[in-house]
Amino acid sequence: MPALYKKPPPPSDDKRWKIVETRMRRMGDRPAALIEALHAAQEAFGYLDERALHFVGDTLGVPHSRVYGVATFYSFFTLKPQGEHTCVVCTGTACYINGAKEILAGLERELGVKPKQTTADNKISILTARCLGACSLAPAVIVDGEVAGKVNTGELVARLEAM
Amino acid sequence: MSEQNAAPRPTRRRVPAEDVPEASVRAHAYVCEAASCMSLQAHDITLRLGEAAAEAGLHDVAVKRVGCMGLCAAGPLVQIPETGELFSAVHPDEVAPIITALETLKPGDERQPQGPFFERQTRVVTENFGEIDPESLDDYVARGGYEALQKVLSEMTSTQVREEITKSGLRGRGGAGYPTGLKWTTVAKAPGTQKYVICNADEGDPGAFMDRSVLESDPFRVLEGMAVAAFAVHATEGYIYCRAEYPLAVARLRSAIRQAQRAGFLGQGIADTSFTFDVQIRLGAGAFVCGEETALIASVEGKRGTPRPRPPYPAVEGLFGCPTLINNVESFANVPVILRRGSDWYASLGVGKSKGTKVFALAGRIVNTGLVEVPMGMSLREIVYDIGGGIIGGRPFKAVQTGGPSGGCIPAQFLDMPMTYEALIEVGSFMGSGGLIVMDDTSCMVDVAKYFMDFCRDESCGKCVPCRVGTTQMWMLLDKITRGQADRFDLAQLERLAGVVQKMSLCGLGQGAPNPIFSTLRYFRDEYMAHIDERRCPAGVCEIEPAEVPA
Repeated sequence: MPALYKKPPPPSDDKRWKIVETRMRRMGDRPAALIEALHAAQEAFGYLDERALHFVGDTLGVPHSRVYGVATFYSFFTLKPQGEHTCVVCTGTACYINGAKEILAGLERELGVKPKQTTADNKISILTARCLGACSLAPAVIVDGEVAGKVNTGELVARLEAM
Repeated sequence: MSEQNAAPRPTRRRVPAEDVPEASVRAHAYVCEAASCMSLQAHDITLRLGEAAAEAGLHDVAVKRVGCMGLCAAGPLVQIPETGELFSAVHPDEVAPIITALETLKPGDERQPQGPFFERQTRVVTENFGEIDPESLDDYVARGGYEALQKVLSEMTSTQVREEITKSGLRGRGGAGYPTGLKWTTVAKAPGTQKYVICNADEGDPGAFMDRSVLESDPFRVLEGMAVAAFAVHATEGYIYCRAEYPLAVARLRSAIRQAQRAGFLGQGIADTSFTFDVQIRLGAGAFVCGEETALIASVEGKRGTPRPRPPYPAVEGLFGCPTLINNVESFANVPVILRRGSDWYASLGVGKSKGTKVFALAGRIVNTGLVEVPMGMSLREIVYDIGGGIIGGRPFKAVQTGGPSGGCIPAQFLDMPMTYEALIEVGSFMGSGGLIVMDDTSCMVDVAKYFMDFCRDESCGKCVPCRVGTTQMWMLLDKITRGQADRFDLAQLERLAGVVQKMSLCGLGQGAPNPIFSTLRYFRDEYMAHIDERRCPAGVCEIEPAEVPA
């Protein structure tokens, strides 16, 4: 289906917009590409800011209200920049009954951050995941993309504080 | 949670295996490179083993990465297939024992017994696990891959394919157990020229990782199953809706799709016939409700993943308003083997109305955490004790949770129950996708019910009131009980509300949300009463607050 409107130019000269644009074009710039486009934007920039949401919506011909609705509906998308390091705590059933609750409590006690929050110095973001599928390593966490299994709260806090 | 979850991308690096012509290989070392072992540096082991073998002058030894071997608890795993010797908890710097074993290996060495974990299983869907390189089409074809598709395209009509699947008795492996043959027939007969096939790989149940393992260990099998299904229902386009939390599975799928397209097993004119079918991947974005088929379709269309009332069922009006076949990963993975070995053979496995095998993910307080495949109808005791190795530390078995947040807890008195769709429903749980979470006496059942309610409360899409409001209210009541602040009136209220939510909710998420409450109340009511009447937690998990003293 040919677009009946003019596609907007990228918000800035940043090369990463090209990646987002290409991904949308490959799917025919149709509204169905919305989630893929948001994935591309978040992969490129780490989070979705207002410019990204507008750009994606205008390119695909999706109202901004719907773009915002989709971006906030899915827990994978984040509208805020993350801290320098991230620590994802798995709260799947296997991890839960093996002590994920204590890990979260320990992080809150020692670092003063709850899930989905970032420390005041913008260093560490704590996130939770529904299940990493690493149930044999329960309780599991992901520190900066690296899975660590059979986690001990004290060691984890020490490791994060040393970062 | 995108970039944090990005596991190391499996790049195809050269290992000596590729330099050695297959005929002159005397021994192999198979390294498990599935997600669980990968997170314990399995890829380094592969590289290190290759180097060490070259240093030791072993030029007739091949190192190969393979899919999940199943025994995830003992990972990372390395196996020598010639003798069956299994090395567990291997460290990349300590590969010397494996090299020694490879050196001393002689042709004609006896195969060692594998132990009950491996010997008690029946491998159908997982037949290639731990045997083939998941990113090698040649490996898959060498093990009988794409025989089924070629047979279907050259010898069978679409009606015959559907009949074969119907006769096999295959039922949906995503949980509900709807007869697969019937679903295919409905889609095939639905009016419309454009039809779609969708593979539901949005495995959201916490503690379930069967679909992830299938996609990581044998991705071609799923693609072949989808192609057969597309032929049977006259579809030309397919989608795989996969969780973004599974980066390794997605990477392997992408590689498999590319290779299949290049080899002519996907795309236009498959296997030199006029049949055309292509597959695209759609990434989920962390919404549990998208496992529901109408919500999944909305998500593939780029919308918020909210379900809609059925009928019309997706088989009649699905993706972009066209008839759509949606099956789970494991259902598709069963298809090639049914057509290759015949529906009679498949139907001979299993019992009653539950045919074939089922893959289960064992997790929780169990010794052999991992992936197992058994014939339908095997007793829970055999799965937990014989294959699973029993409870960690020999503690008493308390319950096993099946079916994820919509399932139930099965107590010890049903350990000898056969695992079939019907028997599980009878005891108040359901098959679900196949996650089995074993609990011992350190788990409080009220706390478990609260955990699942917290999950449903968080994942409720908010479209219908009973689910959106009901799950929150039920969670608050459960929270009150676990804090020791509830009375019997609250419990009665909880039971009433659970009934309302079950009957009035729009989709499976809300309808199933009260199930953990019903099943724990049915078998562990005494624990609820201990929290309420005696203000204590028998398992010592809940933090009971001191009673408020009236002023």
